Amino acid sequence: MLRFDYLEARNLRQAISLLQRHGEDARLVAGSTDFLVRWRQGFWRPSCVVNIKGISSLRRITYSARNGLNLGALATVQAIELDPRIRRYYEALATGATSFAGVQVRNLATVGGNVCNASPAGDTLPALLAFDAQCNIAGPEGARTLPLTEFFRGPGRTALSTGEVLTGLKLPPPQPRTGSLYIKHSPRGAMDIATVGVASVLTLEDDGRTCKDARIALGAVGPVPFRASAAEAVLKGKEVTADLLAEAANEARNQATPIDDVRGSADYRKEMVEALTNRTLQYAFRMARGERLSFEEQRRLAVQTAF
Amino acid sequence: MQKQPLEFTVNGRRRQLLVAPYYSLLDTLRDEMQLTGTKKGCDEGDCGACTVILDGKPVTSCLVLAHSARDAEITTVEGLASPDGLHAVQQAFIEKGGLQCGYCTPGLIMAAVGFLQDNPVPSEEDVKFAIGGNLCRCTGYTKVIEAIMLAAETMREQNS
Ligand SMILES: Cc1cc2nc3c(=O)[nH]c(=O)nc-3n(C[C@H](O)[C@H](O)[C@H](O)COP(=O)(O)OP(=O)(O)OC[C@H]3O[C@@H](n4cnc5c(N)ncnc54)[C@H](O)[C@@H]3O)c2cc1C
Ligand code: FES
Ligand code: FES
Repeated sequence: MLRFDYLEARNLRQAISLLQRHGEDARLVAGSTDFLVRWRQGFWRPSCVVNIKGISSLRRITYSARNGLNLGALATVQAIELDPRIRRYYEALATGATSFAGVQVRNLATVGGNVCNASPAGDTLPALLAFDAQCNIAGPEGARTLPLTEFFRGPGRTALSTGEVLTGLKLPPPQPRTGSLYIKHSPRGAMDIATVGVASVLTLEDDGRTCKDARIALGAVGPVPFRASAAEAVLKGKEVTADLLAEAANEARNQATPIDDVRGSADYRKEMVEALTNRTLQYAFRMARGERLSFEEQRRLAVQTAF
Repeated sequence: MQKQPLEFTVNGRRRQLLVAPYYSLLDTLRDEMQLTGTKKGCDEGDCGACTVILDGKPVTSCLVLAHSARDAEITTVEGLASPDGLHAVQQAFIEKGGLQCGYCTPGLIMAAVGFLQDNPVPSEEDVKFAIGGNLCRCTGYTKVIEAIMLAAETMREQNS
C-alpha cells in the first residue's frame, strides 16, 4: 500500500520552506480532491504531503470597484459560486463554479488547486483567462506575478518551480457595459468532466452596439485552456450583429485543436466550440446591454448536456 | 508512518484518537471509530455515499485527509436522530419511500440536511442541483426528491 507522511504549514513561509526541504518527495495539498484520487490511482507517490489548507489568509475573496477581484488560492469553488459580487460582476466565473462537480466537492476544491492542477478541462480556467487573471506566486526567491495565460505549460504542467506556491489570483475591475458567461458541455449534467468549455466576456461602447473589447477562452480543446485571440479580433471595434457573432464563433472553431476521446471526437468538439462560443457571446451581449440573468437561469445555462 | 494524534468533534462528542497520516476522514470514521453508517461507494468523490457535514458544509469524506479535519465539527448520519425520534429528513425518506437498497441513503440524507439548513424553502430544481453529487442506482430519484421536499416542509413547521 502507498503511504505518505502528513505535514501542515501554518503560514506561507513555512509552506515554502517545507516544500523546498522535501523537494520532489513532497506534494502540496489544498482541498486534496485531485490529490487523493491521483494518489489512490498510483499516479502521484509523494513521501509526504504539505497541507496548506490551514493558512486562513489565503482563503479570502475581496472585491472593490477600483481594484477588482482578489481570490485567495484557498477560496473554495463553492465560495466563488455563492459570492454575490462574483455573480454580479464576473458572471462567467460564477457559472464556471456552478458547473463544477457537486456541492460536496465544491466545498472542498480550491480555485488555486484547479489552476495548479492545470487540467485542460478545469472549469474555472476559461473564465479566469477571459477576465485577464494574474497569478500571485510566492517562493524561495520571493514573490512574483505572472499572467494566467503564461502559467499553463501543458496538461498538468505549470510555470511553478520547486518550493513555489500560488497564493492568489487578481482579476481587473469590471468594465462598464460588460456581460459574460461560461458554458460547460458534458455528457452528464452533474459530476462530469467538460467535453468543451467556453467563457466569453463582451464589453460594449457607450452606444450599446459597438464591441469595445471581447475576450473568449476555450477549455478541453487543446493541451491547455487558452484565449481564442483570432475570434476576439473579429469582434473588436465592430457593430455587434448576429452575423458578426457567428463569424467570431467560426474563428474560435478554427483555433481549437481538440483530441478524440470518450467524451467526444475532435470534429464534434470543434462543432461544439462554434455553437457554444456563439451562445455565450449572445448572452454576454444581452447582459452587456443591461439584461440581468437570474441565478436560476445562469445555473440552467451553465451545463449543457449531450442527452 | 506512525499513527498520529488527532482530535475533533463527531456528533457532538469530542474525540481523541490515533490515525495514520494518509487516512481519509471516511476510513477514519468507519475503521477507527466504527461509525459505519457513512458508506464507501467509489472512494473517488463521484458517488456521494460518504457525505458527512464538516464544519457546517456537506463534503465527500473520502476526499478529506483525516488530519486536515483537526478540531473540526463533524456530523454523520448516526448523529441526526435525537431521543425524541428521527430527524425530519430521515422520517421523510421513510414516508415517501426514498430508498430501496439503502446504500446511497446516508449520503443523500446528509446532503439534504446540509442543503436544507442553507435553503429552507427550496424549489424542486434546487433540490436536484443539491443532490447532483449523489448517485442512487435504485430509486430513480423521484421519491428522493419528494422526500426532501417533504422534509423541508416539516422542518419549516418545526421551526415556526
Ligand atoms: C469527483 C470529482 C469531481 C470533480 N469535478 C470537477 C469539475 O467538474 N470541474 C473541474 O474543473 N474539476 C473537477 N474536479 C477536479 C478537482 O476537484 C479540481 O481540480 C479542484 O479545484 C482541485 O483543487 P484542490 O484544492 O482539491 O486541489 P488539490 O488536490 O489539493 O491539489 C491539486 C494540485 O494542485 C497543486 N496545488 C494546489 N494548490 C496549490 C497552490 N496554492 N500552489 C501550488 N500548487 C497547488 C497540488 O500540489 C496538486 O498538484 C473534480 C474532482 C473530483 C474528485
Ligand atoms: S465514496 Fe466518497 S464519493 Fe464515493
Ligand atoms: S437506494 Fe439503492 S442505491 Fe439508492
